[in-house]
Amino acid sequence: MTAPMFAVGQRVRIADRTPPVHHRVPSYAKGRVGVIERICGLHGEPEKFIRGDGEPKQRIYRVRVAQDALWTDYEGIARDKLEIEIFEHWLETVE
Amino acid sequence: MGEPWGPHDVGGQAGGPVDTSEHETAHWEWQIDAMVRLALKKGLISDFAELRDGIEKLTPDDYARCSYYERWAKSLAYALVSRGVISEEALADRVAAVRARQQAQGTA
Repeated sequence: MTAPMFAVGQRVRIADRTPPVHHRVPSYAKGRVGVIERICGLHGEPEKFIRGDGEPKQRIYRVRVAQDALWTDYEGIARDKLEIEIFEHWLETVE
Repeated sequence: MGEPWGPHDVGGQAGGPVDTSEHETAHWEWQIDAMVRLALKKGLISDFAELRDGIEKLTPDDYARCSYYERWAKSLAYALVSRGVISEEALADRVAAVRARQQAQGTA
């Protein structure tokens, strides 16, 4: 199994794309920037389960995104965060 | 914020009040649940992701009109027919037979 592409604490962008099959990224999170909170393990790739076995497995990361970066006119407090689990092939490095 | 994918992708939209009342699971709902688990166990469908894919491809009208297990039933039927496990004709014949039996019993 390959080494993790991202490290805890690293800034990442959630990819903004819409493949026409089941995928596990809600549209509200696409294109948002967050920080890797932890590495969660491996799971079959949802997009490859439709007529296949989901292989090769993909690493999952828990990504922490500020709520006020997700929603315009967010009314909660500034430190509110969303933690969302995202597959490695949906994450991009942020310079 | 990306393009929404399917009628289920509603995070962040106003959804109205949530119905939190308890309800019994109907016998047919247990049957659909059992059929899905059996189809997974036998490898007739690959994963819950395949079932979800079928549900997400329902039209917005069908998605809104159908209950949870009605969506499962539609998606399972689609998967089994499109994979050639059962034919559309066999499914239609069976649906007609069940309807006829229900009408005869007065339970339709």
